[in-house]
Amino acid sequence: MKRWMMFLACWMPSLLWASSGEVHLDTAHYDLTDKASLQRGARLFNNYCLGCHQMQYQRYQRAFQDLGIPDALGQENLQFTGEKVSDHITNTMPSESAAKWFGAQPPDLTLVARVRGADWIYTYLRSFYVDPNRPFGVNNKVFKDVGMPHVLQELQGVPYEATEEMMVDGEMVERHVGIKTDGAGAMSPEEYDAAVLDLVNYLEYTGEPSRLEAESIGRWAIIFVLVLFVFVYLLKKEYWRDVH
Amino acid sequence: MWKNLLDWIEYRIPMMRVANMHAIQYPAPRNMNLWYVFGFLATVVLINQIVTGVWLTMNFEPSSERAFASVEYIMRDIDYGWLLRYMHSTGASAFFIVVYLHMFRGMIYGSYQKPRELLWLFGMFIYLALMAEAFMGYVLPWGQMSYWGAQVIVSLFGAIPGIGPDLVIWIQGDYVISGATLNRFFALHVIALPLVLVILVFLHIVALHEVGSNNPDGVEVKRKKGSLTEDEKTSFKMHEYYTNKYDIIDDVVPFFPHIVLKDLVAFCVFLLGFCYVLFFNPEMWGKFLEHPNFEIANPLKTPEHIFPVWYFTPFYAILKAVPDKLLGVTAMFAAIIMLALLPWIDRGKVKSWRYRCGLHKWNLLVFAGVFIFLGYLGGTPQENWKITASQILTVMYFGFFGLLWLYSKNENTKPVPARITK
Amino acid sequence: MSDVSVDANHSSAADNQPQDNTRRRFLTVATSVVGGVGVVGAAVPFIASWNPSAKAKAAGADIEADISKIEPGQLIRVMWRSKPVWIVRRTPEVLAELATHEDRLKDPNSENEQQPGFAQNRYRSLKEEYLVLVGICTHLGCSPRYLSDGAFAEVVEGVPNGFFCPCHGSKFDMAGRVFESVPAPLNLVVPPYYFIDDNTILIGSEEGAA
Repeated sequence: MKRWMMFLACWMPSLLWASSGEVHLDTAHYDLTDKASLQRGARLFNNYCLGCHQMQYQRYQRAFQDLGIPDALGQENLQFTGEKVSDHITNTMPSESAAKWFGAQPPDLTLVARVRGADWIYTYLRSFYVDPNRPFGVNNKVFKDVGMPHVLQELQGVPYEATEEMMVDGEMVERHVGIKTDGAGAMSPEEYDAAVLDLVNYLEYTGEPSRLEAESIGRWAIIFVLVLFVFVYLLKKEYWRDVH
Repeated sequence: MWKNLLDWIEYRIPMMRVANMHAIQYPAPRNMNLWYVFGFLATVVLINQIVTGVWLTMNFEPSSERAFASVEYIMRDIDYGWLLRYMHSTGASAFFIVVYLHMFRGMIYGSYQKPRELLWLFGMFIYLALMAEAFMGYVLPWGQMSYWGAQVIVSLFGAIPGIGPDLVIWIQGDYVISGATLNRFFALHVIALPLVLVILVFLHIVALHEVGSNNPDGVEVKRKKGSLTEDEKTSFKMHEYYTNKYDIIDDVVPFFPHIVLKDLVAFCVFLLGFCYVLFFNPEMWGKFLEHPNFEIANPLKTPEHIFPVWYFTPFYAILKAVPDKLLGVTAMFAAIIMLALLPWIDRGKVKSWRYRCGLHKWNLLVFAGVFIFLGYLGGTPQENWKITASQILTVMYFGFFGLLWLYSKNENTKPVPARITK
Repeated sequence: MSDVSVDANHSSAADNQPQDNTRRRFLTVATSVVGGVGVVGAAVPFIASWNPSAKAKAAGADIEADISKIEPGQLIRVMWRSKPVWIVRRTPEVLAELATHEDRLKDPNSENEQQPGFAQNRYRSLKEEYLVLVGICTHLGCSPRYLSDGAFAEVVEGVPNGFFCPCHGSKFDMAGRVFESVPAPLNLVVPPYYFIDDNTILIGSEEGAA
């Protein structure tokens, strides 16, 4: 039994890899009710992402309201190019030069969490590694040959692919065991993961700003339907009593 | 005062008479079970789609430049816009859920058999119109799946020999799917097809009330005039339109309040599920709203996997199962046409599966399973085993009709009771 | 449908037994009430969605205007909620002339609510020097012309400055008050505004109301 479990434990990851043909994604335990996390995420986004990626369907003001940031404070700390607080979150990078620099226009990120899923973004931002063959010097485990530099490198440090030799079927093979950094980043690995989670949380929020409102209305709606059900059911019983 | 007003109206237009005839004093078999609520639910969903659709039209902009952004504008800038949009998107999937269950009900209780062939045909036309309506509606948000789904479906017409390629261009109004296509789909989606749907639903109900509702026993409740004694006739007051022509047996209840209340109970249960999706899981794990559709349409970037929405996937699997394009398209349309021909394929005289041979029950259940499995195959990424599987299932899909045609001629049936049981 | 008594339609044997009509009636009323609440609740999003959207609110938001560069006697125009708003810097002579023709005005004391409370005075303004008006005639919505330096005297004798509507000849004085015997019924509208500082005026809200 024990051996069988060991066998499974060893093989499961590679089996999963083989069957889906995709990288295993880490689960992002984001929390939309955590306003502090959302605020940190917004700050990260506007500092590191907004230069290239727009969030053109979302207004600053809406985000400030939902995140509990006073307009003036938000304007001071999260808006850099003098837009009005009611403006959409856009940048001024001309799309032609963007396409020239990156090979394609960097996608709008308002809805990226709904396209890719939180887990994907969470894993993606933690999966850059040094690859001198790529134009920006980095590659990504989740999005192979992505045309994007590792903009969070100053936080994470220089990440490189760590491998170790392993005995598989009596042969020594090199296996990828994750991403290690040189430790020169401004954050520890735990802090970096937490920061990425904040960013994911914020993107999850902008993907669907109505999420929390929907759930709070939804709870009442369901309670109401249950009450209605009781009355309708009793009334139906009452009328059908003489039929059966 | 109120009475006078009603009389004044009634003298000029038969308001109460029609209400009595079709919504109140309509004789409905009293043994109509859970399977009989989906027609009511489909009507409710249709109303939901029309009302929320009208409201969405107030802010949607049907152009390739603005469509995607205007949907996000509805989702973010309009008060409760997200709710209206989710009601519409959830309603679309709910529509197909209730319609598929409604159709399967018709199949297990033989509701398509004589004298209800035309009723069934109107139903099939509703189903076709609904598929066109849903397809065009899915194009409107102008996401990646909208665009590439439209691309795939429209190019199916290219398989028609001779005129195919020109036909595709004509449908698109451009050399690719473009703003022109979006605009005409919008017009059809918000005006033309809803109108067709409402008229067809009206005809469906008129045809139903003319022949009367079937029931799980498949026993007719309307008997020849003069064939029943007073004791055997229903004691409920039914509209004279029905009682003048027939003797109605004492196995019926009036539509209002009995059936309406039963339907409302089902409606509450339906509403629970609807509210769950609407408020907590509008994407339904990418099945009701597909993930790639949150990315704006990009003619230069094909998504890795293109799937139609779940309600089309059984037919999509049949399409992909056939290696030849024209034959594939033919098979797909044939799959729908076979359903429409059911009243003539089934040569049996007994309606309900309760009194038909064991093979019939198995045939129906396997058919349902095949349909669901085909749906799974058509909605998940292509793999080698799936091609073979969908080919086998396609054969099984058509096999259902072949078998039915064969065994229904001289079927070993159980005796049908004279009266409704239970 | 509600007035159709179902029990009246029903004449089965069960009718002969005493029916529990109280229960039936109670349940019918209770279910109708709960259902009615549901209909009202479901109507809320449909009604609320007709409110101005975030986009419309952003477009109709308060605006700030720089008044440091207005010369005495000059009028500048700014747009607020897609309407022209005039800011006029009135000279002491213009202010003095406001008292001279009040017998010829329809509403000299601004009794009709065409201005925020703070502007219900002879000058119809917060600071006497600055007049802020929505530049739309109260007759049919044209934008009147500013006639200054005696040009207005041609339309109203003895009043050198004022506003004249070219569409139907309505006349207003330098506080936006309407003259007698013209089609416009009311004084020009004064929008809510306040001075952020000596050089900046905010149009759209009164002070402290934001």
